[in-house]
Amino acid sequence: MKRKMGVLILVLALLSSLLTACGGSEETGGADSDVIKIGVFEPMTGASAAGGQMTVEGIELANEVKPEVLGKKVELVIVDNKSDKVEAANAVSSLIDKDNVVAIIGSYGSSLSMAAGDIVKEKRVPAVGCSPTNPLVTLNNDYYFRVCFIDPFQGTVMANYAVNELGAKTAAIIQDVTQDYSVGLSKYFEDAFKELTGDENSIVAKASYNTGDQDFTAQLTNVASANPDVIFAPGNYGESALLIKQARDQGIDIPILGGDTWESPEFLSIGGDAVEGAVFSTHFTAEAPVTEVSDEFLKLYEEKFSKQANAFAALGYDAYMVILDAIERAGSADPEAIRDALSETADFVGATGYITLDENGDAVKSAIIKKVENGDFVYLTTVNP
Amino acid sequence: MTLVEFMQHLANGVSLGSLYALIAIGYTMVYGILRLINFAHGDIFMLGAYLTYYAIVFTSMPWYVAFALAAAITGLVGFLLEKIAYKPLRDAQRITVLISAIGASFFLQNFATVVFGGRPKAFPIPSIMNKIINIGGVSINLITFIIPVIGLGLLAGLTYIIYKTKTGMAMRALSKDYDTARLMGINVDRIISITFFIGSFLAAVGGIMWGIKYPQLMPLMGSMPGIKCFIAAVIGGIGNISGAVLGGFILGLGEILLVAFLPGLTGYRDAFAFILLIIILLVKPTGLLGEKVTEKV
Repeated sequence: MKRKMGVLILVLALLSSLLTACGGSEETGGADSDVIKIGVFEPMTGASAAGGQMTVEGIELANEVKPEVLGKKVELVIVDNKSDKVEAANAVSSLIDKDNVVAIIGSYGSSLSMAAGDIVKEKRVPAVGCSPTNPLVTLNNDYYFRVCFIDPFQGTVMANYAVNELGAKTAAIIQDVTQDYSVGLSKYFEDAFKELTGDENSIVAKASYNTGDQDFTAQLTNVASANPDVIFAPGNYGESALLIKQARDQGIDIPILGGDTWESPEFLSIGGDAVEGAVFSTHFTAEAPVTEVSDEFLKLYEEKFSKQANAFAALGYDAYMVILDAIERAGSADPEAIRDALSETADFVGATGYITLDENGDAVKSAIIKKVENGDFVYLTTVNP
Repeated sequence: MTLVEFMQHLANGVSLGSLYALIAIGYTMVYGILRLINFAHGDIFMLGAYLTYYAIVFTSMPWYVAFALAAAITGLVGFLLEKIAYKPLRDAQRITVLISAIGASFFLQNFATVVFGGRPKAFPIPSIMNKIINIGGVSINLITFIIPVIGLGLLAGLTYIIYKTKTGMAMRALSKDYDTARLMGINVDRIISITFFIGSFLAAVGGIMWGIKYPQLMPLMGSMPGIKCFIAAVIGGIGNISGAVLGGFILGLGEILLVAFLPGLTGYRDAFAFILLIIILLVKPTGLLGEKVTEKV
C-alpha cells in the first residue's frame, strides 16, 4: 500500500511539472503588423534569478531609450526560463511559435542558452546572448550570437591573475558539474594555469557539486588537504557565496577566485564577511567606461533605477541595441534578414565596448578584474585580449 | 586521509545530520498522529525562514524575539493550512488528502515567488551565532553546536508533550482511531489543530537554523530539504520521533562521507538519499525504529 502510494506521488509530481510548462496567452503579431516583437528569455526565478533580472533591467532600459525601429514600435516579450534547461527550451519555442518574435535575447547561463540553441537554428530566428560565455553556445550555430567574451579568454585572464599577481604555484578547482559555464571555464583555467606554471601537476585537487547544493563542506575538506595556493570556483553567485563562507568557517584562508557570475548584490549579502577578498573577472565596470555610450548608459540607468549599473544590465542594453542596429541595416524585420545583418556587425559602439561579431558570432572584448573589499565590488584592472 | 581531516568530515556530517533531524521531527510527528504525509512541510519550513528574515530586517526587535515570533506565526500558518486544505477532506480517502498536500506545497512555493521575489535573500545571522571555533585543527562554526542542542531540546519537549500531558494522550488516542477518540470525548478538531501548530512551529525552527547555516533564502529552498527529511523520517520509522532524529543523522553523515571518500560520486549525492530510501523500504519498510502497524481500513 505504502509503496503504491509512493509511485503515485512520483507520477503526480511529474505530471504537475509538465502541466506548469503549458498555458499562456494567444497573441498575433509577426513581420507584417505594425509592432516588431523581440523575445527575451532570462532566468527571473531559480538559482540564476539575480543575473536574469539584472539583465532584463538593461534590456528594458534600452527599449525605453530606443522604442522604435523602421517606424514600428518594438515590443518586448519577456519569459522566465526559471533557471531550468527544459523551461529555457520551452520558453524559446513558445516565443517563436506563439508570439512570432523576429529575434531573441538571452540567456544568462550558458546551459540555458545551449538548451535553446537547436531550436533557434531549426526555426531560423536569430538569438543574441547577453552573458553566456561558454564557446559552445555559438559554435556551429549560425543563428546564435553574443555580445560578451568567451571562456577560453576569461579562464586565461584568471589563471594569469593567479600566477602573476598572487604568485600561485598550485591551484584547486571546485566546479558545478550541472553548469556548462562552470565546467567550461574550469577547464580553460586549468589549461592556462598548467601552461603558465609549466607544471602538468599544478592543479592539485578537483571537486564538484550540483546547482542547488547548499553544503560544500566535504568537498572543501578534501580540497584543503591538497594544500593549494589558490582555489578557482566558478559557479552561481548563491552557491559560490555559501561555498566561500563554508571554506572560511573551516579555516581555509587562501584566495578564492571565480568568474563573471559572482557580480551580483546577493553574492555580497549571502557571503557577508566571508567573501571579502574574493576576486573574479567580469565584462564591464562603472569605474572605467570605455565608450561614449557607456557614460550615457550609466547616467540613464542611475536615473531609472537609482543605483549603479552592473555588467549584466550593460550587456542586456547592448544586446537589444545590437539587434535594433541589425534591423535598421537590414531594412526589414524578417528573421533571416536580421540574422544576416547581425553576422556583419562590426565596430558597433556599445555600453560595454566596441562590438565586432566574429565568424562564430562572438564578440572580442576586454575583461575587467574585480575584488570584494569592504562589502563592495572594487575595480582592479582591465585585461585586453 | 589524516585523523584531523576525518574529524573535520565527521563534524561536517554531524552538523548536516542534526539539521535534517531537526526538520524531520516535525514531519514525523504530524504523520505519527494523523497518518498524513504533509508534503507542504518543506514549504512551511521555507516560510518560517522568510518570516524570520522580515522580522529581523524590517523591525527593530532583537533576534531572539524575532525568532520566537516568526516561529509562532509559522505555527499559525500551519494551523490555517490544515483548516483550509485538510479539514474539508477529513472523511475523504487518504490519497485525496495527499494530493491536497501537494497542491498546498505548490501554492506556498508560488505564493513565495510572487510575494518574496525570485531573487535570493541573505538570512541575517545574529553575530553571536556566527563564531568560528577551532578544536585541535578541526574548525567549525558555533551554529554546528547550537543545532544539535536545540534539536535534542525540542525532542525532549515533544516527548514530554506527547507522553506526559493530557493533550499528548489525546494525540496518541487520535493516532489509533479517530472515531473512538471522538466517542471518548476528545475534541478531534482541536487536537489536530494543535498538532499542526506544533509541527509547523518545529518546521520554522528548522528553517531558522537552516538559514543561519546556509544563509540563502529562496522560494523553492524547502523542496529538497523537505524530501530529504521525509526520507530521514522513513529511515528512522515514520511516526517515530526518535527514529526521525536517528534517520536525520544517518542521512547527513552518509551524504558527507559519500563525498569525502568517493569524490567521484559527488553528483549522486541526492540520489544517495533516494537509494537509501529504497533499500530501507525493501529491507525494513517500517524503518529502523518503527513498529509494525496494522493498516486501518
